[in-house]
Amino acid sequence: MSRLVRMDHTGHTTLAEWSASDPASVEAAVAAFREELDQGSIAMVTRGPGHAEHVRELPVGEQLVIMRRPIAGG
Amino acid sequence: MAAHAHAAAPAEPLPELAGVYWRPRMTAERLQARGRLWTLTTLAHVVPFVLTAVVMVAISPYALPVAIAALAHAWVIPSLYARRGAIVTRPVRRAADGPERIALGLLGDLVDHDARELHARSGLVPEPGRLGTWLVGESGALLVQGRRVSCWCVRAADPELPSGDRVAHLLLALRADEEGFATVANLAFSGARWRVRRRLPKPRRVALDAVAA
Repeated sequence: MSRLVRMDHTGHTTLAEWSASDPASVEAAVAAFREELDQGSIAMVTRGPGHAEHVRELPVGEQLVIMRRPIAGG
Repeated sequence: MAAHAHAAAPAEPLPELAGVYWRPRMTAERLQARGRLWTLTTLAHVVPFVLTAVVMVAISPYALPVAIAALAHAWVIPSLYARRGAIVTRPVRRAADGPERIALGLLGDLVDHDARELHARSGLVPEPGRLGTWLVGESGALLVQGRRVSCWCVRAADPELPSGDRVAHLLLALRADEEGFATVANLAFSGARWRVRRRLPKPRRVALDAVAA
């Protein structure tokens, strides 16, 4: 089961869970993903130790997709 | 701590770069140049005061108090700059225990055992990169390159985040695009490691010593 989580004030919130073999769950996850992007979040997936990637579409094959807020110089 | 260098070029540059479009993308060469500029600035502060002290004592031994005051300035001014750099590792206000615990769990999934252990001791997560070794905190990061440390002020935009999530935000951005991360962040200080080290509280000194070893 893959998960879409958002880092927020609660620690993190699971926005969607899906299985590639279940089109309905994928569709719901894609909708949740787009909604988060619309709110200004940035989607990240980890790519092994020390690597992460910013993604613009829900990578259905990934186990974990993390939504984060933008960063800025302080 | 796992030794993993970041990819040569990110598949996707950090989206936050659009907010600092006027800044040239940071590279190892630009970073080195900025380091040299910081060194020159430090010398420009120190040398005149040291010369003043020497000349004053040479003119008259009775000017010794003035010479000592000049030497104190030569010491204190770079020290204040280093303090400004060390402050980037300062923790931000903690959230409630529950969210903090959940956030730490997610952060723990992103790093290996050694990094988790160092974070528990110091609040900083070590992250090897192409520019050097980073120590990522809640509101900034240190980049250790041999005897030089660069201090970067950068944070997640959401002030309600628990501390673990703050670190995770910076860590993910750093891993996605190291040079982009250094472009978005503000360089608060670059200079000798020992200068930054003496301005850090003991737990964070441990982290600096660990990655410098």
